[in-house]
Amino acid sequence: MKALETLMVAKGYVDPAALDAIIDTYETKVGPRNGARIVAKAWTDPAFAKWLKDDATAAIASLGYTGRQGEHMVAVWNSDTEHNLTVCTLCSCYPWAVLGLPPVWYKAPPYRSRAVIDPRSVLAEFGLELPESTRIRVWDSTAEIRYLVVPQRPSGTDGWSEERLMELVTRNAMIGTEQAALPGKVAA
Amino acid sequence: MNGPQDLGGQMGFGPVAPDRNEPLFHAVWEPRALALTVAGGAMGHWTIDESRHVRESLPPAIYYGITYYEIWFRALSALLVRHGFLSEAELASGEVSAPRRAPNRVPDADMMRGVLARGGPTERPVATPARYRAGDRVRTIVEHREGHTRLPRYVRGKVGTIEIIHGGHVFPDTNAHGGGEAPQWLYTVAFDGSELWGRGADPSLSVSVDAWESYLEPA
Repeated sequence: MKALETLMVAKGYVDPAALDAIIDTYETKVGPRNGARIVAKAWTDPAFAKWLKDDATAAIASLGYTGRQGEHMVAVWNSDTEHNLTVCTLCSCYPWAVLGLPPVWYKAPPYRSRAVIDPRSVLAEFGLELPESTRIRVWDSTAEIRYLVVPQRPSGTDGWSEERLMELVTRNAMIGTEQAALPGKVAA
Repeated sequence: MNGPQDLGGQMGFGPVAPDRNEPLFHAVWEPRALALTVAGGAMGHWTIDESRHVRESLPPAIYYGITYYEIWFRALSALLVRHGFLSEAELASGEVSAPRRAPNRVPDADMMRGVLARGGPTERPVATPARYRAGDRVRTIVEHREGHTRLPRYVRGKVGTIEIIHGGHVFPDTNAHGGGEAPQWLYTVAFDGSELWGRGADPSLSVSVDAWESYLEPA
């Protein structure tokens, strides 16, 4: 890797400062707090929630989250009767603009192979056991559409501010492998 | 292609093993692989579809034996050679020995931030009206293309329902091979678990893929 970077810089194909800008973007600026803000806002602001349902790309852009691997967004809502799960069986498509870079397990064969045929056993490995009656809806990202799962708002959070609710919205909840955290489980 | 990347429904890879406190990067070279891959693409000589095709063209024993950033690294090296930016000898030695090919672009830091913030939208106008409407029943084609395609094996020849119409989008099957963007209508098509997996399928399961119009026929 070092040799390849040395070659690309020496031949003037990449600007080292641009490489640093890419890494800095995904280390410090673009990550799952973006998605958590979107979800917390949807939980507290019905007009925003409707916009997110009707045109997720525009609603998300209104918060300043745009760009690479988030160009075309669709938000999908969990309910008492339906649970959503996102995967990319063919590669590693993931909504970078709202969740940052994907975790290793999301890109690895066990998750990619099993999420579409046996999602319940996958969810169990994340500690999530759903009632048998809950429908499971898996979204395989085979094009440039990126999916964001909006988890259910936990009970016991009436009157919470958007900032406080954000702490409950984990990255995995927005992939669909977990529910949002319970109020007692985070420092509030 | 029916390559190692087409993983839906495969068995034997073991548990998912999520790591609660996973670091963003696992080795110092991983952020470099990320940055070089993004910056290499920003030179403007290959499409994301060609990149994906190079990755999935790795031999299965290699694809399954290395990490995702290593897959990216190998694909980037191959793309730089294919497009005349580096020679095999340079890759082997790490020393510059071949003439430089002038890239279309070499973004500086500010331009790169702009590239990331804009991304690469794939929506394009399509002259013809959409053939399908939400609720229509469709059957996916059965075709085993040697080139790039985004119709996974597990949904070929299956009947599903059009759920979302996304507009016209760049067609990867041509765009990966220098055949142009040739945009087509793109749909989210949902399938019952039993249609995909037959006996023993989870009765509560439904799976969707995003499928271009030429992947579909009326059912």
